[in-house]
Amino acid sequence: MGMTMTQKILAAHAGMQAVQAGQLLLIEPDRILGNDITSPVAIRAFARLGKEHVFDRDKITLVMDHFVPNKDIKAAEQCRCCREFSREQGIPHFYDAGRMGIEHVLLPEQGLVTAGDAVIGADSHTCTYGALGAFSTGVGSTDMACGMATGKAWFKVPPAIRVNLTGTKRRFVSGKDIILHLIGKIGVDGARYCSLEFTGDGIASLSMSDRFCICNMAIEAGAKNGIFPVDAQTLEYLKAHGAKEPVVYAPDKDAEYIREIEINLPDVTPTVAFPHLPENTRTFDEIGEIPIDQVVIGSCTNGRLEDLRAAAEILKGRKCAENVRVIVIPATQQIYLNAMEEGLLRIFIESGAVVSTPTCGPCLGGYMGILAKGERAVATTNRNFVGRMGHPESEVYLANPAVAAASAVTGRITSPEEVMNDEI
Amino acid sequence: MKYEGNAICFGDHVDTDVIIPARYLNTGDPAELALHCMEDIDKTFAGRVRKGDILVAGENFGCGSSREHAPIALKACGISVVIAKSFARIFYRNAINIGLAITECPEAAAAVSEGDRLEADFSLGLIRNLTTGAEYRTEPFPPFIQQIIENGGLIPAIQKGII
Repeated sequence: MGMTMTQKILAAHAGMQAVQAGQLLLIEPDRILGNDITSPVAIRAFARLGKEHVFDRDKITLVMDHFVPNKDIKAAEQCRCCREFSREQGIPHFYDAGRMGIEHVLLPEQGLVTAGDAVIGADSHTCTYGALGAFSTGVGSTDMACGMATGKAWFKVPPAIRVNLTGTKRRFVSGKDIILHLIGKIGVDGARYCSLEFTGDGIASLSMSDRFCICNMAIEAGAKNGIFPVDAQTLEYLKAHGAKEPVVYAPDKDAEYIREIEINLPDVTPTVAFPHLPENTRTFDEIGEIPIDQVVIGSCTNGRLEDLRAAAEILKGRKCAENVRVIVIPATQQIYLNAMEEGLLRIFIESGAVVSTPTCGPCLGGYMGILAKGERAVATTNRNFVGRMGHPESEVYLANPAVAAASAVTGRITSPEEVMNDEI
Repeated sequence: MKYEGNAICFGDHVDTDVIIPARYLNTGDPAELALHCMEDIDKTFAGRVRKGDILVAGENFGCGSSREHAPIALKACGISVVIAKSFARIFYRNAINIGLAITECPEAAAAVSEGDRLEADFSLGLIRNLTTGAEYRTEPFPPFIQQIIENGGLIPAIQKGII
């Protein structure tokens, strides 16, 4: 039986020729990641293991992004714990305020992940790096601690679901709509324990941002990982970001897939996930009049430069609706700088939006845009669970950056076509 | 490895944001996390859990974030076992790693009512509803997983040289 891309990468990191779904493996990851929420728990666990040093300081990355710049005293203590640990252990890839960005945007940007890598991270959206043809998945703090101590992690080899993408996407449709469309189709546990392997001629038309966004939300379908094949665009991205030499894997022709899903990209239209699950997806023919109080454009899902450009295209020369707070969060310092140089920040500020330093803040209801009781937000983030962005009786609607920007203009959930047609 | 307690029931897709809302993740202290466990869907939960109670849930329990704070909060509340129709994978891993007994048993999860007295035997792979007399089979834990849980998680098990 042939292997999928994921199975080949796992086999290579376990020092084996072949593996099959269901097999338990001990792998040696290329990178172990933690953030300011999960790392303190892992650091305390590491201390209890009695190991003096981490197995390889170059392979550990700590990013202070969830509650940074520190939102309160306790958050500051958690960052101090990570900072002191990094100093003691001599960890070079420690990213604090000023250098940090949202981890899953920052790592590819810094060239810290390459094709063929295996990455574990104490953050569920670690699955993002599948866009680079890497195996990457979220684990807990104990796994992170044991990984830092031993350089190893155990996994069950996942079965795979193949998602075949065909054709070219329409205007105002992004990776976000494709992944929401998929989650709407298979449900929030539709890929539980599986890898989602994307194939098809439709991939060529997807930018790296689209692919990162799609893999980022693989976890929202319950998947262990999402993965794209490596093409010229991937290689160009890796080179431009100084990543180490890629190792390119492709699935065997006789690889086994437990399910095959076809998505014809021209059929996908802007999609919104209604509260309180990412699977509650609707397209604009089913949405109606839904007034909103806040818009958030950012996160590890949609805080990339291309996302900010899509939002700015709509907000340029327009004003955010009265009574709507609009919060734009570039995901990294580099994206912030690029957005400034391209004049995007001016567009946002002149439209009435606020622009924040990089942070996960509002996505998980931490700070920097918390919702009051009964308030509604359109957000380019990844989860719309009860209480996710604030009060348990608030609501989050997940959408792409163009939909979020169009909704900011009208004050209700709005298709970008409606706003842009005003011009014509 | 055997546990006995009263059932507390929840539905499908209970996510880690409701198990422990992110606004409390500025600490890793189990006792503090326990105070806020489940509060966004059940304000009475932390107050009414008795030590040893067994949480029974539907599909995809623990979906969402990788926060280990979620099983830590449940355990610190007094929950001894979680029985669900299915679990999200990171939660499943985290629960075992911090020493919270956890098992998939769709039949039991569908049939148990709030307050039923349950017994879960992980060596035999058997769940008994002592209130109704019903019995359900589940996958027994291999000895090393039982040892991880009995010793309070993966870290203490490594410290003691068990694994």
